[in-house]
Amino acid sequence: MKSLAELAAIKEKMQNKVVMREGSGDIRVVVGMATCGIAAGARPVLNTFVEEVNNQGLSGNVTVTQTGCIGICQYEPVVEIFEAGKEKVTYVKMTSEKAKEVIEKHLKGGNVVEEYTMTNA
Amino acid sequence: MKELSLNILDIAMNSVKAKADTVWVTLTETADTFTMKIADNGCGMKEDFLKTVTDPFSTTRTTRKVGMGIPFLLLAAEQTGGSFEITSKHESEYPDSHGTVTTAVFNKNSIDFTPLGDIVSTVTTLIQGSPDIRWIFKHTMPKGEVSLDTNELKEVLGGVPLDNTEVILWIKGYLEEAYSETE
Repeated sequence: MKSLAELAAIKEKMQNKVVMREGSGDIRVVVGMATCGIAAGARPVLNTFVEEVNNQGLSGNVTVTQTGCIGICQYEPVVEIFEAGKEKVTYVKMTSEKAKEVIEKHLKGGNVVEEYTMTNA
Repeated sequence: MKELSLNILDIAMNSVKAKADTVWVTLTETADTFTMKIADNGCGMKEDFLKTVTDPFSTTRTTRKVGMGIPFLLLAAEQTGGSFEITSKHESEYPDSHGTVTTAVFNKNSIDFTPLGDIVSTVTTLIQGSPDIRWIFKHTMPKGEVSLDTNELKEVLGGVPLDNTEVILWIKGYLEEAYSETE
């Protein structure tokens, strides 16, 4: 059984990390989680970003958050990526597989995956 | 919605939007019925708005004039021969006891009963999206019970936020294990 002791260990680890995190280059991944997004499959897309950002060691400068309806329900699941000093990138009709590709090429490699963006939909 | 757990996620999002600080997600199963109850202490709704919420052309969203969340749940419950109820107290009239309770009862034996699906993902998604809310989750089944109160986790975590990914993954693992023990 998963124990609260494990959770306490996570706490110790994180408290040591906090200082290091401040001031790092921030990338924000925002997933639309209104009725339209949820019905179209946003939940697994969100969870893929949350888990993979952690697994790939990106959690230092990438935060994954949720938002309501972005207004383009026909293109859901929609993911927006905000990066300081760059234009917002909107990915549409996302899936877990596409999310993994975006993490690899865009978040890690710095190259926008044009074929999944709003402009190419 | 392909899974009932997605309806649960969607309806609980209304509690987030109502600025609740505590949300109770209570699922109760018998051999024949599945009852979901989502209760919050958010701002609540006034009586005239409450009367219209089952109508798809009633919504709080500002990006368009259609709101499908509650109509979807109502349909999912009624198509199994179940029932749906929503009660609410608006903060202007009930300053000390405001909030909303949404209850849907499903007949599990109906061919139109939507399976629950990935309820663990729904709970972790809610906590990850709104870590400052106290989430009190309880799922009672004929063979056992799975429950989680984020306040208990916060006591252990001190200042480490609930939306920390490692914490979210711990919660996911914790719930998955708890469910496997009820099988």
